[in-house]
Amino acid sequence: MDTFKPIIGLEVHVELATASKMFCGCPADHFGKEPNTQTCPVCLGLPGALPVPNKKAVEWTIMLGLALGCTVNEESKFDRKHYFYPDLPKGYQISQYDQPLCIDGKLGDIRIQRVHLEEDTGKLQHAVGVSLVDFNRSGVPLVEVVTEPDFRSIEEVDVYVKKLQQIIRYLGISGADMEKGTMRIEPSISLSTDGKIPNYRVELKNVNSFRFVRKALEYEIARQQREGHIQQTRGWSEDKNATVVQREKEEAHDYRYFPEPDIPPMRWSGRQISDIRSQIGELPDEKKERFMKKYGLSDYDATQLTETRQRAEFFEEVAKEGTPKAIANILINKKVTTKEELMKFLQNAPSISADELQETVERILKENPKAIEDYRNGKEQALMFLVGQALRQLKGKGDAQGISAIIRRLIV
Amino acid sequence: MKGGLTPDQVHKIARLANLILTSEEVEKFAPQLSAILEFVSKLQKIPTKDVIPTSQVNGLENVYREDEIDKSRMLTQEDALANAPATHNGFFKVKAVFGE
Amino acid sequence: MDIFALTIEQALEGYRAKKFTAVDVVKTCLENVRKYNKEYNVLLTVRDEDELIKEAKSVDYSKPLAGIPVVLKDLFSTNLLRTTGGAKIIDTYVPRYDATVVRKLKESGAIIIGKANEDAWGHGSSGENSDFGPTRNAYNKNHVAGGSSSGSGVAVALGMCLFGTGTDTGGSIRMPAAYNNLVGLKPTYGRVSRYGILAMASSLDTIGHVTKTVGDNALVLSITAGKDPLDATTDTQPVARASFKRSDLKGLKIGVSPEYLAIGKQATPGMDEKLEAVTETALKELEKLGATIVTVNLPNTQPALATYYVLVPSEISSNLGRYDGVRFGHTRETFGGEAKRRMMIGTYALSSGYYDAYYKTGQKVRTLVRTDFTKAFESVDAIFAPVSPYPAPKIGDFSQDPLAVYLSDIYTVPINLAGVAALGLPAGFIGDLPVGIQLIGPQWSEERLYEIGFAYEQETQWYKRKPNIEGSHPSEAHGYI
Repeated sequence: MDTFKPIIGLEVHVELATASKMFCGCPADHFGKEPNTQTCPVCLGLPGALPVPNKKAVEWTIMLGLALGCTVNEESKFDRKHYFYPDLPKGYQISQYDQPLCIDGKLGDIRIQRVHLEEDTGKLQHAVGVSLVDFNRSGVPLVEVVTEPDFRSIEEVDVYVKKLQQIIRYLGISGADMEKGTMRIEPSISLSTDGKIPNYRVELKNVNSFRFVRKALEYEIARQQREGHIQQTRGWSEDKNATVVQREKEEAHDYRYFPEPDIPPMRWSGRQISDIRSQIGELPDEKKERFMKKYGLSDYDATQLTETRQRAEFFEEVAKEGTPKAIANILINKKVTTKEELMKFLQNAPSISADELQETVERILKENPKAIEDYRNGKEQALMFLVGQALRQLKGKGDAQGISAIIRRLIV
Repeated sequence: MKGGLTPDQVHKIARLANLILTSEEVEKFAPQLSAILEFVSKLQKIPTKDVIPTSQVNGLENVYREDEIDKSRMLTQEDALANAPATHNGFFKVKAVFGE
Repeated sequence: MDIFALTIEQALEGYRAKKFTAVDVVKTCLENVRKYNKEYNVLLTVRDEDELIKEAKSVDYSKPLAGIPVVLKDLFSTNLLRTTGGAKIIDTYVPRYDATVVRKLKESGAIIIGKANEDAWGHGSSGENSDFGPTRNAYNKNHVAGGSSSGSGVAVALGMCLFGTGTDTGGSIRMPAAYNNLVGLKPTYGRVSRYGILAMASSLDTIGHVTKTVGDNALVLSITAGKDPLDATTDTQPVARASFKRSDLKGLKIGVSPEYLAIGKQATPGMDEKLEAVTETALKELEKLGATIVTVNLPNTQPALATYYVLVPSEISSNLGRYDGVRFGHTRETFGGEAKRRMMIGTYALSSGYYDAYYKTGQKVRTLVRTDFTKAFESVDAIFAPVSPYPAPKIGDFSQDPLAVYLSDIYTVPINLAGVAALGLPAGFIGDLPVGIQLIGPQWSEERLYEIGFAYEQETQWYKRKPNIEGSHPSEAHGYI
């Protein structure tokens, strides 16, 4: 058998978490809603309705492009992409063709060809003999991130997808959740024996979890060695645990793009672009570097703590409650997410020596003879008073149970 | 458009346009479409090498809406489905489509 | 009150002076609907009479179009009122929303009598392409009404309303205006909202109206025009109402393009010599009023027509994609022949391998056509041109040759490609058939066109000639299928 290398490229679709849809004022959050309850003439494709683009969706797309190191096209526009399917109400999708908002980026070693903005379709459910259509999702803003065919292993795909998801979540522009369908991946894969890009590729559809992306790619690597190199579109079948060829009409890829006449072109000035850039904030890699430097954390700890922006922000909020290293340990090992939880762990932590504790308790007892007497006379609250005094002196570092055990031992 | 469209070509264009034509329609349309295409092909003789294409005429740029929910335009499920030939439990119903 | 002579301005004056009420006017309109609608095939949907009378009784006379009856071209979406676009594929469609213009008209007190017949989707300039049969000319029922806004024009001429709304993508308001002795405005692209109006070719579609007089026309535009947040291509340009103070045209330069006239003759060898005489007379009248007539060049007029018939079908093929029988209407084989033809041409022009040769070249020539007009308007205030190369043809004369019909659009389509404004005006008669002319102005020049049109109208008063309806045109046998 020849030695071969998989050549993989990715198209990733991400639904933006804007309040309203891309071209109308319907709510963009469609998850779990009754069918066809979040539509209007625009997203239902009714005769005469017209699209007006959502400014925030455009800005967020640019923000993502910038976070991925892209160049923003100063002149950009929307185009109509034509095909016929019952979940596409207008017979065309408003997308971007030759002037996407962002081009030429990089994530790690993977080159990003383009980042563009379009609208999502409705949702189809298949039943026996019929299909059912719900247009709640129709018109939700959808960003597409397209890479060059730069992946040479499934591991690289894995790393890229997780990194992309992390950045998107950091920017707060989408939940990027594959199970909910707010992030969708379409890999294309071919096998090369000489390291060059082959003249065919197999596009994979319907891979709606990280696990399936992996399995579908593994399956294809084996299958293409076995069956040879033919240009195809295939879908992942969970039942068969295999990719299966998808029937396509011969004219399926003739999309007849032309500039969307209903939407004036977009033009972005350098100032507007730098305004958007300034909203990006610290991205995971920068944050990690800073955590290592500023708090003296290990690579592992810093990586763990910067996994999400929320976690990183929480760490910074509570880092001064102890030594950063100790706080980091509690956050990572005990999976602590609130300050209250953290304080509990800190209180239980044996962060003072037994001698110090003993000394403090003896001093408290010396200062409060009345309380000792009360306790001996059966007043349980007197013990609580003494424990409280000790804790105050220890500034919260000791634990109440341990202190009361020492007191009892000393005064009985 | 030299020689005119063949019936096969007419069928192919129709498929792309999501139309299914009867053979009578193909017979009627083939010469009509050929004549129109021949007429419009004159355009290709006009020198347009450095001309910038016009997509829109009134010179507007950057027209957006704010990201706000507009309930006033939303349709109830009943209104959304009101004109549909076939519905089922709040969905539009269509003939089964293959693939996904 | 003679409804055939009554203008909107006179009706509003009549209401103010309590000479008659909106109920009287609406009743008279409905009477004409009963009398003529079947024979002339003008309205596709008429609202319930009791409902209309009730609405007329409760008119708030403080509103600018209070109690003024209107018919809407059937491309205008009307909430809970059937909207067919003249096409059988959606003959059962009842919208659940109003087009912006419809909302504005309702808010200004206008009373919608019904929805007007038209060439299906706006595809046509004769009115014969309606899936519901052709509309007949108000001045001679054996002749076409002019289209595509055919019913809107004839409804005004036959006293079924005081104005009609239309759309103009390549002459569809100016044609029926010219053929029925009316004033028709094709506004600047972006002047009036397209939201809710069934799209034909989105980058050329304009929303206008037909009226008896220039004054009426300006009044309606002052209601319909303006920025609409729901149509991203509308402009914020202010809309002033013309003052109509001038009775002469001194100091104004009006351009005439010899190519324009010559090419019309060449494209349509049958160009009527009598029509040429009428338009020459009109030009002399403008000169008599003090305008200076200047020659301008519009060298790309000939290619304009070919460009139009590439770009427009392309956008049509896209805009008609949504009619799939899922959310409304019937399945796609229900489309009429002309819609199918245009979708096929457009699909071809946009398809892989042909895009550059057809669509992209068309867009480039569109630039040349626009430049022609921009240059011409550097030296003149308006350009004078005929609307059609001949008066209204007989019904059926062109039905077998779609290309021949396309060629008759030579005077109207370049204006839509350029996105500028044009005002169609009555200019005389050939026999019993009206002839129209148009004044073309730069973008946003409607006010100027109205001023010129008003002076011309005062001088000529063609609008006063009414259709001679009662039994004077016995139906002839004709070739309509």
